[in-house]
Amino acid sequence: MFKIVHAQFIAPGIKRFTIEAPRIARKQRPGQFVILRICENGERIPLTIEKSDPEHGTVNIVVQSIGKTTNLLNSLETGDSILDIVGPLGKPSEIKSYGTVVAIGGGVGTAMAYPTAAAMKRAGNKVISIIGGRNKDLVLLEDEMREVSDTVFVTTDDGSYADKGLVTDKLRQLIENGTRIDLVVAVGPIPMMRAVAEMTRKEHIHTVVSLNPIMIDGTGMCGGCRVMVEGKSEFACVDGPEFDAHRVDFAVLVQRNSMYRDAEKRSLDEYRQEVEAKKVDVKQAPTEVVAAGCALEAKQ
Amino acid sequence: MTTEKVKSKNPVPNRERIKMPRLHMPEQAPSIRAHEFTEVNLGYSAELARQEAIRCLECGKPTCTNDCPVGVKVKDFVQLIVDGDFMAAAAKIREDNVLPAITGRVCPQEDHCEGACLLKRKGESLGIGYLERFVADYEQQHFDLSTIVKAPPTGKKVAIVGSGPAGLTTAGDLVQKGHAVHVFEALHEIGGVLVYGIPEFRLPKKIIRQQVDYMRAMGVEFETDVVVGRTVTIDELLEEEGFDAVFIATGAGLPQFMGIPGEHLNGVYSANEFLTRINLMHAYEFPKYDEPMVDLKGKNVAVIGGGNTALDAIRSALRLGAGKAYVLYRRSEAEMPARAEEVKHAKEEGIEFHVLTAPTEFLSDGKGWLTGARCLKMELGEPDASGRRRPVPIAGSEYDIPLSVAVMAIGTTANPIVQSTTPGLNTTKRGYIQADETSQKTSRKGVFAGGDIVTGGATVILAMGAGRRAAKGIDEYLTTGQWE
Repeated sequence: MFKIVHAQFIAPGIKRFTIEAPRIARKQRPGQFVILRICENGERIPLTIEKSDPEHGTVNIVVQSIGKTTNLLNSLETGDSILDIVGPLGKPSEIKSYGTVVAIGGGVGTAMAYPTAAAMKRAGNKVISIIGGRNKDLVLLEDEMREVSDTVFVTTDDGSYADKGLVTDKLRQLIENGTRIDLVVAVGPIPMMRAVAEMTRKEHIHTVVSLNPIMIDGTGMCGGCRVMVEGKSEFACVDGPEFDAHRVDFAVLVQRNSMYRDAEKRSLDEYRQEVEAKKVDVKQAPTEVVAAGCALEAKQ
Repeated sequence: MTTEKVKSKNPVPNRERIKMPRLHMPEQAPSIRAHEFTEVNLGYSAELARQEAIRCLECGKPTCTNDCPVGVKVKDFVQLIVDGDFMAAAAKIREDNVLPAITGRVCPQEDHCEGACLLKRKGESLGIGYLERFVADYEQQHFDLSTIVKAPPTGKKVAIVGSGPAGLTTAGDLVQKGHAVHVFEALHEIGGVLVYGIPEFRLPKKIIRQQVDYMRAMGVEFETDVVVGRTVTIDELLEEEGFDAVFIATGAGLPQFMGIPGEHLNGVYSANEFLTRINLMHAYEFPKYDEPMVDLKGKNVAVIGGGNTALDAIRSALRLGAGKAYVLYRRSEAEMPARAEEVKHAKEEGIEFHVLTAPTEFLSDGKGWLTGARCLKMELGEPDASGRRRPVPIAGSEYDIPLSVAVMAIGTTANPIVQSTTPGLNTTKRGYIQADETSQKTSRKGVFAGGDIVTGGATVILAMGAGRRAAKGIDEYLTTGQWE
């Protein structure tokens, strides 16, 4: 069992957890991720590591409620436990002195772009960060990014904060202004990473993306996380999760990630019904509201 | 833990025994078992076990033991069954095999003990696997774990990387020598391939848990959720965590694909993923368990390959409601590497075998989902490097099979994680760890390796054989301090 020493929503539907995992905290490098399983009948899901504190033996993860498991996870609070966390998985980011690095984070992707940006800065790079979200609330880790970047640009899709537009609009501006860019690191939703890749391909700017395929074991056994890289299968858990953006077949990634859409929807719907039913049950004591049976286990 | 030499009390003269037929294993009826995950083989009763044991010819030089990768003293334990002393028989097996309930179920006995059995020349070999299973299950029901006497501690600590058959065997052998044994497992359950790879109907999870509980009672410690190479390195185990030796038994690695068009389509699985979803993650119990898989009910499913993994996958698909379940294998049935019993069971259950058949392309619905396989018929040519006759395509023999799911079970490649994070650890051209064939020593002092990560994909019992050799090698190293 892995204890949650701190849990706090940092945006609507997005929660940051600090979890006791001394082995992982000691070894984590930027670019790596964990796989967790909340309870006995839970699925294994990969999540990015925002940062770790080797001294206190904790790791931070930032979780957006999307499906059943992430919703369930985000119902957990300080003092609860998670049954299994394994990591740090995947190859770390290749940190070295490139010159000027543009770090792009979209939504929760910023949580993974952040440690890489910080490490790039420490390695002597000039770091220009572009972070974006659908709206003001979904712009994450702005203060943290400012601490490790020479310049930070913020965009929102709806213009509710900073510049209206997409992270790629800002990237295009940088390119058009003749800014020297030696490396682009982009982490976020697939359409965003694909758009970044298309833009930098024409300019011959080396670009790295962190992929999030469906994954089970994460240790180089099952092969579920295979991605098409220049027509060949590679595995995100041992060969990635970072890949050369210009070699990745994003269409196949989108297609493979849609494989369980129906099952995922069913799980989420049933989970929501359960939560509703429980809320009615324990109307008298709202603090006792427990997400589902699985969360009960996590709360022991 | 040695018992005295056993004297025969077999009531039947040898010449009569030869005439006795082999007693068949009671099985769940194919029509029932094809739809559920309960175990196919039901096990001998005590009476059946004694009757079968009586058939043993008690050879002066037992070939069965010579052909057993872990050297089980077959003749001795079989005689103890004849005597009716089933607990002593179990103890006798345990002298050489710490996982009898598992090997009794999944070992390809026809390639080892039963293949070498003298009775086979006269008719049918002794049912050694069935007898081993009986004894192990009897022990499970009657043995009190609290009576296990632990060996006096030597003060030496050994880390075992991986809790599959090789790792568990080494752990069991070493703890009996008094060494402190700590097993690291990457997944959330102990057992490696026994848990994620072999389905419930062939090896129930309960059996694995019982065997692991036995090892815990012997003093073996287990730690899950540790990927050695990532969570902690081999060097850290030796230098910082105080281990005197490490045994690497990380098993088979990433699945191989054929590299044909359409392999990325939704509905094309590797056998490892397909079986992991079912066995480890209980996807067949969705939505009670959260891990999903493609709905197989009424669908056409094919597995590509002819090994035990292939048959485990397709027989699982059948149990999940597949309308048609095919094995596509590029050689003929004679070359199939699967256990004979599994092929027999699969056929009884209604699996269709398309031998001398290989897919050349997976077909798509245009929206990313699999709709079929284009196949080519083969004929057998000259023997290849494996000694088996090479399949040669027959020109113009293409035909399409409609499919919703295809499972690739054509082997694995070496998992690179430990090798790439352990400086000085020599590997083969194909990325497997180089280890001495007798001591399982690697190029790094204090580091041993065995099982699939050394040999490439093989069987449970061969991995256990490597585990036994490693335990001997490690014990010698820890006792003498000599590496060379």
